[in-house]
Amino acid sequence: MINSQFDILIAGVGGQGTVLASRLLAAAAIKEGYFARTSETIGMSQRGGCVVSHVRVDSENCSSIIPFKTADMIIAFELAEAARSLPRLKKDGSCIINTQVIKPVSASLGTSKYNVDEIDEYIKNNMKNVYFIDGYSIARDLGTVKAINVVLLGAATAIGKMPFSKELMLESIVENVPQKFRDLNKMAFERGYESILIELNK
Amino acid sequence: MGVFMGKKLLMGNEAIALGAIRAGVNVVTGYPGTPSTEVLETVAENNPGDIYVEWSANEKSAMEVGAGAAYSGSRVMVTMKQVGLNVASDPLMTLAYIGVKGGMVILVADDPGPFSSQTEQDTRHFARFSNLPVLDPSTPEEAYEMIQYAFELSELVQLPVFMRPTTRVCHACSTIDLVDERIEHKPEGFEKDPRWVIFPSLAYKKHVHIEQLQHRLSDIFSELNFNKVYGSGRLGVAASGVAYTYVVEAMQKLNANIKVFKVGTPYPLPKAAAESFLSGLDEVLVFEELDPVVEEELAMLCASKLQATKVLGKKTEHLPFAGEYTFEMVYKALAKFIGVNIEEMENTSAVPELPARPPVLCAGCPHRASFYAVKIAMKGQKAVFTGDIGCYTLGNAKPLDMVDTCLCMGAGITVAQGIKRTEPDTKCIAFIGDSTFFHTGIPGIANAVYNNTDITVVILDNSTTAMTGHQPHPGIGNTMMNSISKKIDIYGVVKACGVGHIVKGDPLDYNNSIKIIKEAVEFKGPSVVIFEAPCIALFKPTVEYRIQDNCKSCKKCINSIGCPAIAIVDGKISIEPTLCYGCGLCTNVCPFDAIGRCEK
Repeated sequence: MINSQFDILIAGVGGQGTVLASRLLAAAAIKEGYFARTSETIGMSQRGGCVVSHVRVDSENCSSIIPFKTADMIIAFELAEAARSLPRLKKDGSCIINTQVIKPVSASLGTSKYNVDEIDEYIKNNMKNVYFIDGYSIARDLGTVKAINVVLLGAATAIGKMPFSKELMLESIVENVPQKFRDLNKMAFERGYESILIELNK
Repeated sequence: MGVFMGKKLLMGNEAIALGAIRAGVNVVTGYPGTPSTEVLETVAENNPGDIYVEWSANEKSAMEVGAGAAYSGSRVMVTMKQVGLNVASDPLMTLAYIGVKGGMVILVADDPGPFSSQTEQDTRHFARFSNLPVLDPSTPEEAYEMIQYAFELSELVQLPVFMRPTTRVCHACSTIDLVDERIEHKPEGFEKDPRWVIFPSLAYKKHVHIEQLQHRLSDIFSELNFNKVYGSGRLGVAASGVAYTYVVEAMQKLNANIKVFKVGTPYPLPKAAAESFLSGLDEVLVFEELDPVVEEELAMLCASKLQATKVLGKKTEHLPFAGEYTFEMVYKALAKFIGVNIEEMENTSAVPELPARPPVLCAGCPHRASFYAVKIAMKGQKAVFTGDIGCYTLGNAKPLDMVDTCLCMGAGITVAQGIKRTEPDTKCIAFIGDSTFFHTGIPGIANAVYNNTDITVVILDNSTTAMTGHQPHPGIGNTMMNSISKKIDIYGVVKACGVGHIVKGDPLDYNNSIKIIKEAVEFKGPSVVIFEAPCIALFKPTVEYRIQDNCKSCKKCINSIGCPAIAIVDGKISIEPTLCYGCGLCTNVCPFDAIGRCEK
C-alpha cells in the first residue's frame, strides 16, 4: 500500500444520517490500522440544511477538509447535493448517488430553482464513474428510511476502492449500531452492496 | 502510566472533555453555544461520579461559579462560545487580577465563517486584553494534549488560562490514543485571604504583577512543544490553529522547503522561539484565523529589534480578514509566496443553479404558529418585531418575515424599548425564547416596567434550549447532575417584575392566540404573552395532516407559512408524512378546508 491516503466526501441533507455514515467509515479505517479524520459543518445546518462530511483515511499530516479535486469518492445522499459536491471529486474519482430529491422550502416558494433534469445532465457530463442507486426505496422496503445511510455504505463498498474490506466495513457498522437494529443494518448493507455489484457486472 | 485504551475516533469537543476529566477537573460550568456545546455534555456523559457539572443561567454566572470553585482549589473548566465571552467579560477581567488557586481553563470556541454566530471576533484579543495566556489547538488530538497541560499551567502561574479551539477542531473528529488514567485532584478548600477581595490598591499591585508574568510565560512557552520552529531558508511561514494544518498539507503538495513557525500559544508569543524563527528571514507569511494577532506580534518584534524582515498577512492584504480559511486559499497564497506556478483548483465547468437550503423552522415548530398568529393579529397596524438569539431567529425568513432586528442575547426586549421611545405610535413587539429569558431577558423586562415603556414581550416557551441541541435551563428543572430541581416559573418572574398584563396561551390554538396578542398590544404599559408549546424534538408525533381532494392548488399554505413539509410534488400540493408533526397550523390558512387530520 504505497499511497493509502483515501478521501471520501459524504453529501446530503440534514436528517438523512450522513454524519453517522462518516463515523462508521472512519471507524472501519481505524480498525484497519489507519489514522482517520472526519469533519463537517453542524450548527445552522440542522434539519433540512446541506450537510457535508469529509472522511480522510491515512491523514495524520493532513487537514480535516478534503481540498477541491481531491476526493477519491463521493457518497451523495441526494441529487442536488451530489452536484454541489462535484468540485471536490478528483478526475477519476467514483461517485455513488442516491436518486432521492428533497425540495427545500425555497424551491416551493419560488425563490430558488430545483431543475432535476438539468442537474442530472450536469452530473452525467462531469463525472466519469458515477453509480445511481434508489437508496430511499431500498431502505423503505426494509421497513425504515433511516437505514438509507447503511444502504449507501454498502453501495460504496461494492465499488471496491476503499482501503478496507467489506467484512471490516460491516463489522464497524454492527459494532456501532444498537443491538436490536443489527440484523436490519446488515440487510441494508447487503442490499446496497448487491445493487452496485449488479451495476458493475453489466 | 495508565492502561492504553486504544485508538478512538473522537470529536475535538469530546477529546477536550475527556482530556479535562483525565486532568482531574472537579467543576465544569458553561452555557450552550455552537461550536462549544458538546464539551460540557461529554463531561456530564462520562462523569466518573465526583465531578460537578452545570449548565449555568448565562456565561457570566458560569465564569463566577467557576471562579469560586477555583478560589477553593478545584480544577475548573468553563465553556462557552466566543460571543458568550462578551457576557462573561466582566468577571473575566477582574479574575485575571485576582487569580486562582485550583487550575482554571476557560474554553472559548471561536467560529470562523461565521457558521452560527453574530460576529467573527477573535478570542485571542481577550487573552491579550486580560493578560491571560491562550492555547490555540490545530487538531482534535492536539486539543486533547493541550487541555491537560492547561490545568498545570494555570496552577503554575495561578491564573486562568484560555483555550480557544475553532469549529474545525471542535467538530472535526480525529484518531486519538486514549489512556485510562486520571489525575486525582483534591481541592484544599477556600482559605480566607485578602487576595480574593478586589480593591483599587490590590488592582494596582496585581496589574504590575501580571505584566511581569508575561515575560515568564513567554519563556515557558519558548520551551513548549506546542510551539515549533523548523526548516530553513530566507522565507518563512508562521501559522496557528487550524490554518497550520492547511499549511502542512500545502507544503507537502508544493514540496516546499521553507522555515516554519507553528504557534500553539499566540499570546504571550514565545519571544525566544519567535526570534529564532525570524533570524535570517527576508519575508514571513502568517496564516491564522481570525485576526492578525500573531502577525502583529511578529511585526512588533521585528520593529522593536529594527529587523528588516517583512511580515505579510492580513494587514498587507495577502490574506483575507473575514471568513474561514480554506486549503485552497492557503495553497494559492503559499505557492505565490515561494514563486511556484500551480494549476487551477476551482471548478471551471458551468454549474446549473442549485437549490438553496437556508435554515428554516422545522415542520411543526410552535414558533411558526406564534409568529403567524402575531402577524395576523397585527395586520394593518404599524408594528416592529424585535427578535433575539435562538431557533426563533429563523422567524426572519420569508414568508413569515417576523424578525426585524436581532442583536445579541436578551436584546430583543430592550431594543424594542429604544424603538418605542423614538416612534411612540409604532407597536413594538419583542420575541424571546425561554432559555434566552433566563440568560439575559429579565433585566430587559425590569427595564420596561421601571421606565414604563409600552412594549409587548412574547415569550416563546418551548421547554428547551433548542438551537444548540436541546439543553435544559432554569425553567426546565433537570440538571446535568441527573437531578431534578424546581422549575422556575416564567409567569411568576414576570409578575414579580410588576408587569401589568400577563397572559399564557397555546400558540397552536390559532384563534385564541390572535385574541390574546391583540389584547396585550392594546394594553397601555408593558405586557407579556407567554406562548407555551414543546419543541418537536421533545416528543413523537401522534397526528398528521394530509391535503385532500378538494385542494384548489391556491398555494396559500405554502406562501403564507413556509412549512418545509408542504411542497409541490408531481404538480400537486402535498404534505410529506415523514416531516409533518401535526401542529395543524396549515388548516387555519387553507381557505377551502382542504387539509384533513388523521392519526399517524
